Amino acid sequence: MTYKMIVLAKQVPDTRNVGKDAMKADGTVNRAALPAIFNPEDLCALEQALRIKDQFPNSTITLLTMGPGRAADVLREGLYRGADKGILLTDRAFAGADTLATSYALAQAIKKIGGFDLIIGGRQAIDGDTAQVGPQVAEKLGIPQLTYTESIESIGEHSVTVKRQIDGGVEIAKVEFPALLTVTAAQQCRPRNAKFLMKYKRALTPGESAAQGKEPYPMDNPLFLAEWSVADVGADIVQCGLSGSPTKVKKVENIIFQAKESRRIEDNNQEIEELVVELLNNHTIG
Amino acid sequence: MANFFLDTPELKYHLNHPMMEKIVTLKERNYNERDKYDYAAQDFEDAMDNYHQVLEIAGEICADVIAQNAANVDTEKPSVANGRVTYASGTTENIKACTQAGLMGMAMPRRYGGLNFPITPYIMAADMVSRADAGFENLWGLQDCAETIYEFGTEEQKQKFITRVCNGATMSMDLTEPDAGSDLQSVMLKASYNKEEDQWYLNGVKRFITNGDSDIHLVLARSEEGSKDGRGLSMFIYDKLDGGVDVRRIENKMGIKGSPTCELVFKNAKCELCGRTRLGLIKYVMSLMNGARLGIAAQSVGLSQAAYNEALAYAKDRKQFAKPISEILPVARMLSTMKGKLDANRSLLYATCRCVDMYKIYDDIAKERTLSPEERKEQKYYAKMADSLTPIAKGMSSEMANENAYDCIQIHGGSGFMKDYACERIYRDARITSIYEGTTQLQVVAAIRYVTNGFYKELMTNLFDEIEFREDQDFLKETIQVMIENYELTIKAVMATKNQEYIDFFARELVEMVGYIIMTILINQDANSNPDLFSKSAIAFTQYANRACHNHAALVKEVEPKWVDSYKIK
Repeated sequence: MTYKMIVLAKQVPDTRNVGKDAMKADGTVNRAALPAIFNPEDLCALEQALRIKDQFPNSTITLLTMGPGRAADVLREGLYRGADKGILLTDRAFAGADTLATSYALAQAIKKIGGFDLIIGGRQAIDGDTAQVGPQVAEKLGIPQLTYTESIESIGEHSVTVKRQIDGGVEIAKVEFPALLTVTAAQQCRPRNAKFLMKYKRALTPGESAAQGKEPYPMDNPLFLAEWSVADVGADIVQCGLSGSPTKVKKVENIIFQAKESRRIEDNNQEIEELVVELLNNHTIG
Repeated sequence: MANFFLDTPELKYHLNHPMMEKIVTLKERNYNERDKYDYAAQDFEDAMDNYHQVLEIAGEICADVIAQNAANVDTEKPSVANGRVTYASGTTENIKACTQAGLMGMAMPRRYGGLNFPITPYIMAADMVSRADAGFENLWGLQDCAETIYEFGTEEQKQKFITRVCNGATMSMDLTEPDAGSDLQSVMLKASYNKEEDQWYLNGVKRFITNGDSDIHLVLARSEEGSKDGRGLSMFIYDKLDGGVDVRRIENKMGIKGSPTCELVFKNAKCELCGRTRLGLIKYVMSLMNGARLGIAAQSVGLSQAAYNEALAYAKDRKQFAKPISEILPVARMLSTMKGKLDANRSLLYATCRCVDMYKIYDDIAKERTLSPEERKEQKYYAKMADSLTPIAKGMSSEMANENAYDCIQIHGGSGFMKDYACERIYRDARITSIYEGTTQLQVVAAIRYVTNGFYKELMTNLFDEIEFREDQDFLKETIQVMIENYELTIKAVMATKNQEYIDFFARELVEMVGYIIMTILINQDANSNPDLFSKSAIAFTQYANRACHNHAALVKEVEPKWVDSYKIK
């Protein structure tokens, strides 16, 4: 058996080790000050795809990312770990996209790829934390989705069975192909492989080749990274980027967490309940 | 997201040594595999970029996986049941990560699935793995054994075994027996040949075998019935898939607990002869041992680095008398001396690696074509250099790893005596380095002939003449001159007695003086090319080493030949 898989990847600022200059004065992320990395849960998505490929070596993994030219780095990072090819969805018209416009663009690209069994993405990205893109892509493609996947339990000819995280436990769920999975960080991705790195470090998009003054690789060369524009995926330009994004940021507030003083809560139901109510009221939780 | 390669710029410095261009170009046969393998280096810059990037992968795994698992592996330990070993869970994770990253068979040729790395970057990975978990280095580093199959095995054996090693199969070298430790000539494990089946069989017991339940074993056994010495021993390859070897027990050790040390019982175990009969000990083990000793030198340097890092971090964090103890001079002095030893040991380690690379690559090229007279001369020179430097690197780095581990605990004070900090594990792990693969005393035996035949003297003079001291470093130049003169006087005094027993008595002091002087010269060379990185270490080590040489010289003066008898145990 072989499976055709698409892994959705996003290049994100590394918000895990933030310094003082991580945020701009207007409250937006200062992307220049943070290293750009492969979104951690998308790496976990790649790992799930790689495990399927370990079992069925003729399966293929296509990595799809949307972003500026430098996002080709995540494609190479994916190839270093065992993905087969990478597609960069890049166009000025894609810029400023919210989750709706992003999922529209990705869905258009996936339609162009076609013939897939599984789409796997991370549950959410560490910059936006929305967890919306995966589900919206599935909706736009009209295929079933299983979110919060922890692991793939088994894979059959026409379906996959996964263990997914639910409130207070896990459930085992089965879905027919084609389907979309979003995965949690339960299983970390394998390291980069030395041979793949030495091979694919020269992989370039046509844009990168041009910038280095080189001829682009022919499309059948394994080092060719595809670069698709709005027109390439047949997208409606109005539904892309800023114009396709109904989400508007109204206000951004800086919140500084400070432990001014400690308070002791006794170990009894009444005091715990009072604390929960207090935290709900001041929106710390809820 | 720590990275042991990126956080230790000393490694990058040694990797970029000027001699690498020659090593890499020879190793890559002028990059003639660039069209044959999609991951082969295109040219020198590309090869160096590959080493840097692959060592970055190794550095990441060391920091994020192996080092994270080290404490648990130490407490969980491997276990044995029904003749088979189960690794600690962290060890299994480590092996998986290294296999997935393609870090097995790093130095093997591409046609067997290896990366075709020179020894220098391979040992650099070993240096980092040891810093992460010295016990795991034993398992990972046993990929060295593939080298023996590569050098002496048949093409069929190379295809069969080396490709598996490159895909993660583990190895062991089964040499020691209950009555054959340092004295391997006494090996008794019996190899018998069945003519009808055209098959060798092994019977007997091996003891203290590191990773004894490995997938592929190299086994030293007595193939010549009735023989008593080393010339009756041959080397065999045992494949676990064939069965016939069980693990009877694993040792309960003081350190490197994650690495299972096994007692093996061979019961009619099928095996293959590696190379020719009778050359097992005298040729193949000697070659295997030299590689293994370089590995232990790397393990020692990695442990020294770990000890230094732990000590420094603790000293900066721990406040007494209203300041971090790192600012208290006696503590700072200990730290600087630790760093000096570490850097000097590492300089010697990689100087040795480069010599090993040079002669091994020439050995390998000699299988393909005749070497030119010039090349043969170089091959001989570097083989001798490697042979003379390896015992010093192994002997002295292992002793200094122990010293650094000791000082690391001292800097932790009372806390260091508790099980709460990594330093106590490092202390226990370091202890074996000066014992296995030949004790320090045996390294002295391997090195002493280069003392008595004047080779070291010539070497240190040549190396010293090569350094261009910066003006502000002139005082170091004078110190080194004093050290060399001191060595000359001491060796002259010892040799003048023409008393072999007396020479043996002071062999260790003489060899150590050589080690101190060569390392002093090397670290000063490094300090001249990169003062920011090494000048502090150059001062601390030079002064430390000079004092040590004075002590040795004074002891030789003090203990005249007539006193030797009083040291004898009847």
